[in-house]
Amino acid sequence: MRRAAFAVVTTLVGLVLLLGFKSHAMAPAASPPAAVSTPSNARATPAPAGTTAAPAPAPSSAAPTAAASTVTGSAVATRWGPVQVQVTVANKRITAVTVLQAPASNGRDQQINSYALPQLKAETLAAQSANIDMVSGATYTSTGYIGSLQSALDKAGR
Amino acid sequence: MGTVFSFDIRDDVPADALTAAIGWLHWVDRVFSPYRADSEISRLGRGELTVADCPPEVAEVLDLAKEIARVSDGYFTERPAGRFDPSGVVKGWAVERASDLVRAGGSAHHAINGGGDVQLVGAAAPGQPWRVGIADPFHPGQLVTVVTGHDCAVATSGTAERGTHIVNPHSGRPARELASITLVGEHLRTVDAYATAAFAMGSAARAWVDQLDGIEAFAVTATGASWCSRGWAEVGATPAPGPGIAPAPEPVLRGDAELQYRPATATPATLWP
Repeated sequence: MRRAAFAVVTTLVGLVLLLGFKSHAMAPAASPPAAVSTPSNARATPAPAGTTAAPAPAPSSAAPTAAASTVTGSAVATRWGPVQVQVTVANKRITAVTVLQAPASNGRDQQINSYALPQLKAETLAAQSANIDMVSGATYTSTGYIGSLQSALDKAGR
Repeated sequence: MGTVFSFDIRDDVPADALTAAIGWLHWVDRVFSPYRADSEISRLGRGELTVADCPPEVAEVLDLAKEIARVSDGYFTERPAGRFDPSGVVKGWAVERASDLVRAGGSAHHAINGGGDVQLVGAAAPGQPWRVGIADPFHPGQLVTVVTGHDCAVATSGTAERGTHIVNPHSGRPARELASITLVGEHLRTVDAYATAAFAMGSAARAWVDQLDGIEAFAVTATGASWCSRGWAEVGATPAPGPGIAPAPEPVLRGDAELQYRPATATPATLWP
């Protein structure tokens, strides 16, 4: 069976965000799947004419080692700027989450970042330990983060 | 802030089904977004259109909103603060319809999460129900409980979500008794809006949910306590009290306590081929 997980974001309750699609095989991946960047069919879906920048390209920094692979999620545009995370997976468990880009263009962003981002890291790890499939009730900054996290998890073949 | 819609599909489904579901969400956005001046909903709100001028889905959503307002004694309203805005029902309805499209495309096992409100279909794996973690509104990074189930919907409403306030339409003031409330039921199109109504009700939501068929709730109060609806405790590991026996005190669910939800009308999940 093939698992497909991806994130779509719209203006339904707010700003335009990124459309991303990834799929991967269930088998443990020593290297990330070939379709790491957003495939052309997904980009062909017209992104709503919106108020934010076009989606940033999805860099793949997969550098698999025998023990761990580090995967970079797609940057997801939020109202305050792009949010991108890097997840290190070892033996199918998340061992580290690094925030590569986070909104920080004004004082309020700094305030949100200082509150939300370290706790967003903790949320990733706690969610994993509960072996959950989805989270209900997350904070708004997670909109950019969770999309990015899920994309990173998908690429790592969780 | 925008809404992230996440799809987790556990069986093989042709890309066409996913494309259809994604296209559906973008279409809903173009028609219903209150943040687009040119959406049908915005134009309807300004009186530039009548409902008859709009796609039939608009009437469907407005009828659904009216029904939810009736069932919730007006605690859900499509006119929050007097402004026409049915967004509170659109998201859950759109996610459930997206799930219908994925199902029509051949998937019997998937979960779709729209901004924290989830429609679950089938199972996560053979014999393994879906698990939805409920975020603790006071401790980001922790889960206050986990809902496990198949073929059901989970929606959480609370101020932690966006920093904006949900207003009690009857008092006109922000609802402050609860930090968050999670509802579980069969259809996200109603469960999502019911969760918003329940949050606006505050402590009165407990009695309201208890008299609703097929809906259970778990709430975290503004002071950090929690309560749940009568059926939440019964459907879990605690056996239901017999007639004439006083019900056990509602357990406070924290950490890894779990609810197992089995909708009364659900047919058994299709077994894995």
